[in-house]
Amino acid sequence: MSAIVADSPRASEQPARRQPVALVFCCTILGAAAQVLMKTGANQISHPGLLGMITNLPLLGGYCLYGISTVLLVIALKDGELSLLYPVIALTYVWVTVLSFLVFHDQINRWKLVGIVLIVSGVAVLGKGGRR
Amino acid sequence: MKTPLSHMLLVLVASIFGSIGAAFLKYGAQELHRGWLHLFNWRLAMGVVLFLISSYFFVMGLRPPGELSVLYPMVAVSYIWTLIWSRIFFNEAFTRQKMIGLLLIVAGVCCVGAGGR
Repeated sequence: MSAIVADSPRASEQPARRQPVALVFCCTILGAAAQVLMKTGANQISHPGLLGMITNLPLLGGYCLYGISTVLLVIALKDGELSLLYPVIALTYVWVTVLSFLVFHDQINRWKLVGIVLIVSGVAVLGKGGRR
Repeated sequence: MKTPLSHMLLVLVASIFGSIGAAFLKYGAQELHRGWLHLFNWRLAMGVVLFLISSYFFVMGLRPPGELSVLYPMVAVSYIWTLIWSRIFFNEAFTRQKMIGLLLIVAGVCCVGAGGR
């Protein structure tokens, strides 16, 4: 509590160290949604080639989400450390595993579950490190 | 192991391009301190181009008979490259927390890959 009070007067010049991690967190959700949309689009591609791709709404939506996610990552990198933020992107694997289970009914097995737990705890460690 | 060495090399090349792309994004992101219009600068464009090149090599590596369970964990190597570039180009410190976090994430990505078999 005392640390928060001591930091607050300087909040404007030194943004909260946790904010970039939160931004990358949003990035990973958008990135996972983009991958699900692209998979949906790829499943229903009618005619191959460029025309089939630019008339495919889920695919286009996926690319848009990737674009937004990249802009968020850049904003996070403006004040955050690359070495801290880049590994957080691995959270995308967690959302993709969960979403493919929900949307495509892909199986979640023991390995995937252990992997998810490890990635989440790794991100938690990095998120804590950012406060220092 | 059925995944040929050539496919592993393709994914390794993809991980190197991806990590350099991330370094360019960081390099370009610093321009934003001069104003939001600086979102469009050559450094960020370079980062995006490098990401596209990286995804090309990744897709080439994933073609059959490349197995996701073998190749996925290799993508995690890009986090290690990124750690090195961050140290060299942006003077970011190696801290114990970063090491532990990275180790857990790399192990986690390996497990997710193993589960994809």
